[in-house]
Amino acid sequence: MFISSQDSAASFRDFTLIMPAVAVGNVGQLSVDLIVSTLNMRRVGYIHTDCLIPMAGNNPYTTCKEDAKELHTPAEVYATPGLKLAVLQIRAPVIQTKSKKFRQLLISWIKASGFSRTVVLSSSYAYQRDDQQLQGTSLRYLVTPSLLKMSADVLKELGWREMERVSAFPGLTDGNSEPRLVIPGGGFTKGLYTDSCTEDLPLAVLLLFCSEGDNIPDAFTLINHLNDWLHLLDSQEPNKWKIPTSWNLLFGSGIPPALF
Amino acid sequence: MATFFGEVLSAYSRAVEEDEDDLDENEEDEQIRRELEEKREVHLHWSPEVSESLRSGNKLQCSDFILAVGHNAASFLSAYVLSSSNWEPVGRASAWNERSRAVTGQNGEESACVFYRHKDDQSALICQVTAYIAEDQLFQWTEKVFDCLQHRRLIVTVLSDGSVADYKMADYLCSSSAPFMRSLHTSAFGDQPVCPSLEQPNIVTGLPAAVLNHCQVHHIAAIVYQCYSDVTGPDSVTMETYKPALTKLGRSIQLDPSPSTDILRKFARPTDIQSNLYI
Repeated sequence: MFISSQDSAASFRDFTLIMPAVAVGNVGQLSVDLIVSTLNMRRVGYIHTDCLIPMAGNNPYTTCKEDAKELHTPAEVYATPGLKLAVLQIRAPVIQTKSKKFRQLLISWIKASGFSRTVVLSSSYAYQRDDQQLQGTSLRYLVTPSLLKMSADVLKELGWREMERVSAFPGLTDGNSEPRLVIPGGGFTKGLYTDSCTEDLPLAVLLLFCSEGDNIPDAFTLINHLNDWLHLLDSQEPNKWKIPTSWNLLFGSGIPPALF
Repeated sequence: MATFFGEVLSAYSRAVEEDEDDLDENEEDEQIRRELEEKREVHLHWSPEVSESLRSGNKLQCSDFILAVGHNAASFLSAYVLSSSNWEPVGRASAWNERSRAVTGQNGEESACVFYRHKDDQSALICQVTAYIAEDQLFQWTEKVFDCLQHRRLIVTVLSDGSVADYKMADYLCSSSAPFMRSLHTSAFGDQPVCPSLEQPNIVTGLPAAVLNHCQVHHIAAIVYQCYSDVTGPDSVTMETYKPALTKLGRSIQLDPSPSTDILRKFARPTDIQSNLYI
């Protein structure tokens, strides 16, 4: 559940919430790291739950010695009241048997907090695209009916591509296989989206087809795509996002000289 | 996905397991799932005196809780603190999971997670955890244990074993600097740690992390001393590295500054040879 880290309770009424799904390549989480780091957002609370694998570390967004020794937990909420923006960062995998419980926890928190809209940043296995999906952009979006009412014009103007429904057995013209929504490698994305449709929550999903590897470029692609819609950053120049210190040594320590 | 040699490999993600569709489970599946969940529950077994006290609503009145996670940390406490006969076991925790050894006729986890208290001074509680606590049990273990402790002015110190292979730093670390300690503490912890703070991008996982999360969220002063060692088994040099961590604690934690060789030998067992294939 949400526990405030400040003396007074945080209010999120009419805020936009951006959150990641723990998905292939961790792209959503990397993108959220960029948002928090660049906008210098302040932590306002924790999501304290048994649904995530525990981890702890010092401040991942540290810029100077003074703020380096601040403990951070697997799921935290950051906010910038001036922008009416709140961000949830999830740093640990969801325990497999608790995925449904976690989704329910998120939905009830989103409802209780009164967010005007929620954006989920996610990703899906690139290798599982069907023939149709292989062509064109690798970015997709989904919106719940509730958000579609609010943002139909904006989305039309952006010219984004909606996530396709795919048939269970591509190529087979069997009348039984209804095209359906699948987001392989997306973690709880599909579940959260369908639950939000049921609960009539204004929620959008922005996802990218990618594979495991160095997913930093994927994170930049996704975050710039989001920025086209939400205009989190005014500046137009390319390298405007600030990379946090926690991204150092993503692929391990320095190389031992004795190796050569 | 297919590779160049024609074999089909199942691709996996470091981030996410394939999400199962929420299929309608039949009753039998649900029952099996429920039973499995019950079997994996964490149970605390206290001595009669402590159980009675907890039942009447009085939590354990300790101001120092020292938790040792891992064989070196636990052996350090055994050799340097618990070897004096003034400490008595007051409880244990059991957490069955896939790595619990099935020992017939005996509860395998009996000695794997024990709580000790000083006979004369109840202000300190020590817990040694050498068992593996699974990811889905960590939160529960922490909640249940902390539920039994009073929180006012409680200071939690966690000694945790780690492998130097997990420690990331830009310049390659030569093995002569291991074992070394790094600390990580909650916002409520006001004292000065005895070693440098854990640098980015390193993190702490497992039981120490679960304890830190709980303490951070509930404003309890807690510190984890993670000892990175290049030796996997119990080792006297690694154990000695923990010494500075306990120097700041109360009178009840009397540290034996140099335990006898016999005591050390008892705890620092040489690692059993797993296989003699390459000897």
